[in-house]
Amino acid sequence: MAVRDTTAPPAARAPHRGLRWLRRHLVTLAGLATLGYLILPNVVVLVFSFNKPNGRFNYSWQRFSLDAWRDPCGVADLCGSLGLSLRIAVWATLGATVLGTMIAFALARYRFRARSSVNTLIFLPMAMPEVVMAASLATLFLNMGIQFGFWTILIAHIMFCLSFVVTAVKARVMSMDPRLEQAAQDLYASPVQTFLRVTLPIAAPGIASGALLSFALSFDDFIITNFNAGSTVTFPMFVWGSAQRGTPVQINVIGSAMFLIAVLCVVAGQLAGARRKRS
Amino acid sequence: MTRTAPPHRSGGDVRLEGISKTYGSFTAVHPLDLTVPAGSFFALLGASGCGKTTTLRMIAGLEDPTTGTVALSGQDVTALPPYKRQVNTVFQNYALFPHLDIHENVAFGLRRRGIKSVKKPVEEMLDLVQLGPMARRRPQQLSGGQQQRVAVARALINKPEVLLLDEPLGALDLKLRRQMQLELKRIQTEVGITFVHVTHDQEEAMTMADTVAVMNGGRVEQLGAPADLYENPASTFVANFLGTSNLIEAEVVTADGEELLLKAGDAALRLPARRCSAPARPGGKVLAGVRPEKVTLAHADDAGSLPGGRNLLPARIKDAGFIGVSTQYVVTVPGLGELAVYEQNIERDGRLIPGADVVLHWSPAHTFGLDAAQDIGAGADLDEEAA
Repeated sequence: MAVRDTTAPPAARAPHRGLRWLRRHLVTLAGLATLGYLILPNVVVLVFSFNKPNGRFNYSWQRFSLDAWRDPCGVADLCGSLGLSLRIAVWATLGATVLGTMIAFALARYRFRARSSVNTLIFLPMAMPEVVMAASLATLFLNMGIQFGFWTILIAHIMFCLSFVVTAVKARVMSMDPRLEQAAQDLYASPVQTFLRVTLPIAAPGIASGALLSFALSFDDFIITNFNAGSTVTFPMFVWGSAQRGTPVQINVIGSAMFLIAVLCVVAGQLAGARRKRS
Repeated sequence: MTRTAPPHRSGGDVRLEGISKTYGSFTAVHPLDLTVPAGSFFALLGASGCGKTTTLRMIAGLEDPTTGTVALSGQDVTALPPYKRQVNTVFQNYALFPHLDIHENVAFGLRRRGIKSVKKPVEEMLDLVQLGPMARRRPQQLSGGQQQRVAVARALINKPEVLLLDEPLGALDLKLRRQMQLELKRIQTEVGITFVHVTHDQEEAMTMADTVAVMNGGRVEQLGAPADLYENPASTFVANFLGTSNLIEAEVVTADGEELLLKAGDAALRLPARRCSAPARPGGKVLAGVRPEKVTLAHADDAGSLPGGRNLLPARIKDAGFIGVSTQYVVTVPGLGELAVYEQNIERDGRLIPGADVVLHWSPAHTFGLDAAQDIGAGADLDEEAA
């Protein structure tokens, strides 16, 4: 009978067991392979952070050691550059997020002269080759007689982070129903309360993703920073500089620690989200 | 006010004076005066773009009137922003806050006014709209009908003087819409707040409202109780937009006394003078109107046995549609065109089939007269579009 056919296909048409298993798990396997491709380099970094190299280069496995983890600042200037990079990243994130959010609201909400040109120009830092931007910025600072250092780096970072924040926030604001704010005003919320209680919370995911992107971009930027740093040394510049003379294991320690912190943050976020959904 | 207070608190009245709204060269609302009595259920009815929503938004304060004033309970609020008006709105598509759960959505207005103990009133309000167990859900986890009730609860909990409803049932399917109409009517009677309801659905306006204002092209065409509007339309727009009307072009023969005598084609029609909203002079033109269900069909063979004193029109059945409670006929009257006739299915005459010669007859008292200078088809297609 037709009904029975569908529940138990004839043995002749049944593919080999192995093939069937493969077909059922193909998506999982592809996913795992991709994940491996993404994670493998990080795993290598992590493994070599426990290495005790002979000589200055940490390129071949010698033996297990916790020396580097016990003394991450053991290399001259490493932790100084790391602190500087973190400081710049925090300020750049803050500056770019505040400015970018305001620009995004202006672009999404208001009609003003040159609005469409601003809309296009804001993408320029994303589209332009970094070297070109770095060189032109350096020329600009040089011609204006501005001392290279912390401030030039910060200005440059805020500049290129801006476009990412604007893009992320604008998408969120554009998709927001304007009636939500009207409903808030109708329900006795003053303009300030409306912004704090309704507009901002709804735009928050866009703002957060823009801020996270900014932090990551600013923290590991090398090209633009290198052109505009003068004698200041950020963490990526330190890594680059030391790589020519030898690679201290501490670099792997810092790298692994950052990776693990990021993973922890993501996992915590997922868990919190899952708990909120369940309740 | 001397009016006896209902058991619960009473709403306030709304008084619009010379209120209008223009956007550039487009006039959305022409200067209009409107008074909504306290505690009433008032409907603004019209097709999309007629200015009804703009009028509502001017009452809420979400739109600034170009001219005129808005007064709530006798106080001029024209210059007040929306958050300072004792008015709440149920928005089209509800506009629930997606980042807050149902409880917090309903509590929003109370919290903004600095009320600390919101738990009890919110729970009571959610019980009133039968959503108690949903308090911790997010709006997007609720069905359309449930979201609609949250929107009503969120507005009502603030005990506004006036509740504004902007097409609140537009997104619901027909069955749910009927159910919610009764529900809203029940809530309104229970809380006694003034409701101003905007809709394009004439049936909805007529079933729910005490008073209906029919709007067209930024103006109020007519205002009155639903039955009054239906029986005595003052314009062709109202006649066609509210239900269906047969409008017949006729010439006034005599215009003295209680009844006008009209000539339509070869037939003579009579029309009570007080039911004619147009100036009538002998030799002038008027539109004689009659609702399809007021007309009776008789087979031409029985024409001799009809009672006297009725308006008669000879016709031929063009089409007959059986819809259960009634049969809807389209008949052709020589020289006057097509008319609609709805007959109750009580005793069906087997001879009344397409092609049959018939006589239409109705009581002259059911005839109304309109100014012939108007567009005879105004509002007719709009109604179909809205339905």
